[in-house]
Amino acid sequence: MSRMLTMSRAGREALDWEMERRDEIFVLGEDVYNFGGIFGTADGFGAKYGPERVINTPISETGFIGMAAGAAMAGMHPVIDLAYIDFIGVCYNVLLNTASKTHYMSAGQVRVPMTLMIGTGGGYNNAAQHSQCLHATVAHIPGVKVVYPSNAYDAKGMMHSALRDPNFVIYLTHKGTAGVGWMGTPIKTTLSEVPEEPYTVPFGKIAITREGSDITLIGLGMSVHECLKAADDLAKDGISAQVIDLRSLAPLDRDGIFAAVKKTGRMIVADEDYLSYGVSGEVIASVVERDPTVLRAAPVRICTPDIPIPFARSMEQAILPLAAKIADAARKMVK
Amino acid sequence: MPLSPELRRNMYVQMARSRAFDDAMIGLYWVGKTPIFAFANGPLPGELHCSNGAEPVGAGVCAALDVDDMLTADHRPHHIAIARGVNLNAMTAEMLGKKTGLSQGKGGHMHIYDTRVNFASSGIIAEGMGPAAGMALARRLQKRPGVALTFLGDGAANQGAFHEVLNLVGVMKLPFIAVVQDNEWGVSTSKKESTAVARNSDRASAYGMAGEYVDSNDPDDIFLAAERAMTLARSGGGGTILELRTARLAGHFMGDQQAYIPKQMKQADPIPLYRAKLIREGVLNEDEAAAIDAAATAEVAEAVRLAQEAPYPDPSEAFDHVFAQQDEPNDVFAQQDKSNDVFSGASA
Repeated sequence: MSRMLTMSRAGREALDWEMERRDEIFVLGEDVYNFGGIFGTADGFGAKYGPERVINTPISETGFIGMAAGAAMAGMHPVIDLAYIDFIGVCYNVLLNTASKTHYMSAGQVRVPMTLMIGTGGGYNNAAQHSQCLHATVAHIPGVKVVYPSNAYDAKGMMHSALRDPNFVIYLTHKGTAGVGWMGTPIKTTLSEVPEEPYTVPFGKIAITREGSDITLIGLGMSVHECLKAADDLAKDGISAQVIDLRSLAPLDRDGIFAAVKKTGRMIVADEDYLSYGVSGEVIASVVERDPTVLRAAPVRICTPDIPIPFARSMEQAILPLAAKIADAARKMVK
Repeated sequence: MPLSPELRRNMYVQMARSRAFDDAMIGLYWVGKTPIFAFANGPLPGELHCSNGAEPVGAGVCAALDVDDMLTADHRPHHIAIARGVNLNAMTAEMLGKKTGLSQGKGGHMHIYDTRVNFASSGIIAEGMGPAAGMALARRLQKRPGVALTFLGDGAANQGAFHEVLNLVGVMKLPFIAVVQDNEWGVSTSKKESTAVARNSDRASAYGMAGEYVDSNDPDDIFLAAERAMTLARSGGGGTILELRTARLAGHFMGDQQAYIPKQMKQADPIPLYRAKLIREGVLNEDEAAAIDAAATAEVAEAVRLAQEAPYPDPSEAFDHVFAQQDEPNDVFAQQDKSNDVFSGASA
């Protein structure tokens, strides 16, 4: 049996299924017990699993994420809700130097299996400290797996995979894709028919979200849905756009990206993270380093420019990598 | 209750082993580093933070621990690792970056891991706090015994992680001890310059936990204080900040000229003091003490010999151990997978 679910409900279902069966999994974070986490991933878990396994913490990210790493080293699998990625500044050392490096520095003696759930992105007028994507900032750290589902089917499958992985996994969700009430009506393309049974979606494999032959539009998180909107628009002009969902930043499916771009010979990367030193450049490099001759046109990046995210609607909407910009760039490239 | 002669003798043995180790490491460290000093030169490269003067901390605290207890240390871990029973040969090989090292040459001296005795260390100041508290939380959830201890310097007591974790330990009443080694210096910055609080153990009252300051560098006093903190933790009474006045006789790291330390502030060496005390009180005679010293030196010399003979890791091994491998990707959930419970090694 499958039902139509939001990403939030799909991720919750996987976490619930694993927690029912595995005592080592517990949830730790701010507002997880009464509130179920800010995205509802642990909605109702307080009542179901009790305060021992759904642990409310004070606002002390360095403290409780450091504790999660220690609990993981001692045989548990903590699941942490870190609300917004803008807050990694207050706990970055645990990510950068402890959870990601302990397995390596101990030559495999010590494992750190933990899942860190973080919301990303803007577009809802929350300004420069609550709207960032910063996914490149975490994907840059060796020893971390970073996954980024953009629809409910992947949200569930990747949550099962994360909870069964013996490593530190950062599980990102763009806030606008989660399907939670405070973000308005869920975006249709984030909803999926989700099987009730558990299943895994492997890390490190792109998804071809839409077939097309003239140009390849590559997105991650929210920008996948902007690419899909752009592809609908381009179809009206007779341009056939292929849409790729990266889904996993570390590991990155460089073979899959190359094969997809080779098919059309044109690529646009849409990324809501800042333009410079980010995923967009890395994706283009994985094509041109291998064989630049597969490209019939110079690659294009549609990203958030290198400025803090502005508050006012007029300015924020102007700087986001939205469908109209992607479609315009695609028309110019195909012409 | 008077301490047993066996216990005190063993504490002296651990202090002697630690000192023999550090003295041997200092000797090796300077090979290839004169006349031009550079961290990268010689058979023992990198930074080297020796424990000379702090041996009573490792010996006294570790004597109060059981196999189930878990330890995280900092960038100056030797005295604690040795007193805890970390494999000395493998630790020595790790110092030299050899394949036979605890971490096969991937860690070096600030990153000592020996899961056999529940020991880990981190080179980032106060970064052992969270992991130790998390290990204590894990044991509570697993309904298994085990107190977690983190060892850090007085300089680390001004880090955010120190305070956030103590607050969590207080509110969760975790079996946890922060062993603050007050050696008066954070590199070249004095304790007085760093905080208006004379004793970091006083900060315990801010977190609803116990605090105790031991104003001596004598392992007898340290053991008794550690035992009080352990009894409290084991009985469900929560955590302790255990601050110990100790010494840093070999500088922050090798190459530190310590010109910033005024002459009158010279710290006493605790090893001859304890040795004389044990002889005075009839626990050891001179011959027995000399035999302990000689055995420690010989044990370390053999570890150094083995380490020097061991091969370096192949350059290709740099790519190993970035991630743990999943043996059965779709089946680990089927049963309780305890394979990653490495800190259970000592009690298994």
